Amino acid sequence: MSTFEIKKSGTVYDAVIVGSGAGGGMAAYVLAHAGLKVLMLEAGAYFDPAKDAQQLKFSYESPRRGASTVRPFGDFDAAYGGWELDGEPYTTKDGTQFDWFRARMLGGRTNHWGRISLRMGPLDFKSHQIDGLTDDWPITYDEVKPFYDKVDRMIGVYGTVENLENEPDGIFLPPPKPRLNELFIKQGAEKAGVKVITGRGSVLTEALPNNKDRGACFFCGQCGRSCKVYGDFSASSCLVIPALKTGNLKLITNAMVREVLTDADGLATGVSYVDKETLQEYQVLGKTVILGASAGESARLLLNSVSAHHPNGLANSSGVVGKYIHDSTGASLGGFLPQLMDRKRYNEDGVGSVHIYTPWWLDNKKLNFPRGYHIEYGGGMHMPSYGFGMGMHKLNGLVPDRDGNKREAGGFGASLKDDYRRFYGTQVGMAGRGTAIARIDNYCEIDKDVVDKYGIPVLKFHYKWTDAEVQQAKHMQETFQEIMHGMGAVITSKIPGPETNYGLEAPGRIIHEVGTVRMGDDPKKSALNKWCQAHDCRNLFVVDAAPFVQQGDKNATWTILALSMRTSEYILEQRKKLNV
Amino acid sequence: MKRRESLKAIGLTALSTGLLLDSCKSDTENKQVPTSKQATPEDTAGREAFEIERDKKLHAETFFTKHEMATITVLGDIIIPKDEKSGSASDAGVPEFIEFIVKDIPTHQVPMRGGLRWLDIQCSNRYGKPFVECSQQQQLEMVTAIAYPLKAKPEMAPGVTFFNRMRDLTATGFFTSKIGIADIGYAGNAPNRWTGVPEDVLKQYGMENVKV
Repeated sequence: MSTFEIKKSGTVYDAVIVGSGAGGGMAAYVLAHAGLKVLMLEAGAYFDPAKDAQQLKFSYESPRRGASTVRPFGDFDAAYGGWELDGEPYTTKDGTQFDWFRARMLGGRTNHWGRISLRMGPLDFKSHQIDGLTDDWPITYDEVKPFYDKVDRMIGVYGTVENLENEPDGIFLPPPKPRLNELFIKQGAEKAGVKVITGRGSVLTEALPNNKDRGACFFCGQCGRSCKVYGDFSASSCLVIPALKTGNLKLITNAMVREVLTDADGLATGVSYVDKETLQEYQVLGKTVILGASAGESARLLLNSVSAHHPNGLANSSGVVGKYIHDSTGASLGGFLPQLMDRKRYNEDGVGSVHIYTPWWLDNKKLNFPRGYHIEYGGGMHMPSYGFGMGMHKLNGLVPDRDGNKREAGGFGASLKDDYRRFYGTQVGMAGRGTAIARIDNYCEIDKDVVDKYGIPVLKFHYKWTDAEVQQAKHMQETFQEIMHGMGAVITSKIPGPETNYGLEAPGRIIHEVGTVRMGDDPKKSALNKWCQAHDCRNLFVVDAAPFVQQGDKNATWTILALSMRTSEYILEQRKKLNV
Repeated sequence: MKRRESLKAIGLTALSTGLLLDSCKSDTENKQVPTSKQATPEDTAGREAFEIERDKKLHAETFFTKHEMATITVLGDIIIPKDEKSGSASDAGVPEFIEFIVKDIPTHQVPMRGGLRWLDIQCSNRYGKPFVECSQQQQLEMVTAIAYPLKAKPEMAPGVTFFNRMRDLTATGFFTSKIGIADIGYAGNAPNRWTGVPEDVLKQYGMENVKV
């Protein structure tokens, strides 16, 4: 008898959800609360921030003092995973680059994200008219607005009402007050003609009305480590764990989904997966299959789900699956404020999301690139961790010593020790996050020559920036320098020039990749309809960032949540009508 | 859940919480007692199995020789000596940190090992002894020759490069230690209520009227 056996369960769930991040988590939350029997498969480990967060640890509680040797965003960062996963490669094509960050854990990347929670605006959904470079979504801001509103009330977001046309206001909790360096930024930016407004983040600056499971923020500024009192949004703490409490959701972790199963009529019947710990193969059945595995993984799953009915991969008769992938643009600049040397010490940790930011403020008619970017700001008296004090020999010669004498760069001993104290908390940094144009020739596809350690064919990426993104990065750098100048800061970063595309980060680095299974009204040009339902397979839905037609300069999570909620409610309606 | 309840939920007592929240309202510069637990070898919640295994393996290995460690210790205390405010690099466990970090980040290994050897060769040519056996005056003379990148002689370049790295690792090791965090005056990592920049600080920088 063969020892290789695929275990097939006879249970038919109302829905099988692949992935537990913002999209999968929201679908599980809505459907389980509505009484559906739901199965969720997560490729990583169980993770509950209440027990597993590295919150409130000091740097000396890490042998590497928080260095990013093992975890790309530091030893206390919440993400299990990174740019490379052991035994799970991906490849690139034609000398192009795409860096793919994957978190393998309950809640996925929402455990460590920046909690910056921006709505896409009316122009972001209908952007074709702006310059003809991009396609419109099949839906408008007004259609999504009620769901953004519900997400705001259900999960909580702070901010201020600003009445900006393409930066829609939400239902806001009180925002955190600006820190000292942020007041300098506000002043400097104003001199440079750059608007600065209060940040918008999913952190409970006050208790969330009608929610007894989540605690209010206590201002440790460590959202990236995930929160033990559930004071910020993670899909684990705010969606999946509450959904499990309904008794209607069954969760299987360490389940790496191989493909979506379909029947002779081409409808989805369930999925097959491998248990990563035992390597046992399974097939599970569902009346509806919902993919929330991430833009990359959902495309990979569909392309690997080849059948007689779907020879081109599932939901891919149009051939668009994998195409139009786009990440946000990103570039940054750092410096310090000499006027803050020897500053008074106090706790200014604040919240772990942005206290202030700059929404896009210019008119493209006067610019040599399309679309825009927002600016996020940082700096201040952080907990010292690995890297603290490094490069002092490039700093301490730039300003006179305490007695006003020229200071020789570098050094050692008592005067050097004092320099670290003097410079503490003077740093200031800024980073742009902008719109990249979705292009058909930026794509991911199956690499037919490479499989991962479970035998699943992997993704191959082909992604190039164009002059549109490069010129945007150049503009960012010019703006950053003006703001730095306006606030009297000394720039310490090397100012990047054309040789590095003006510091434009490689595609993927901003971890906002979207667009691989895009929605649209025309089945020849899109994989999903406006409800994120596959044109080719009516009981298959995609609820992560894959359905995005064109991202604005807004971070994707809040839109993923709103769209997943909208799709989940649509599934409930269709069930009533017996359509799915 | 209110803030007070959520703090109780993670094991901070009602008493200390009350004190923290009240003190923060009136006096934001009040130094707060860190409330987080100390790390113990058993404290592995939220760590992946491979991470625990890797740390164990690195701790069991030794990279630097006794002589190299002695040199690192002397250099570290020259870079960050004891003063009226806090202890020295070795008081803060910097040599042990450097031993760990070069195993954790192996790109430090060759530059550190080679730099230490370069230093010994220099000292042996100049003073006929390896660095640790030189007099204090000789050691300071040697360090001075490599500690100032812009005025060091060209032939000292390898030493300057090494000393920059040694300075960086010493500073990072020191200021991320318990002694160093107290020295630098980091006042956070403790539950509080952030209500904005203290009034006196706003006044000091003329920021009273800057609003976002």
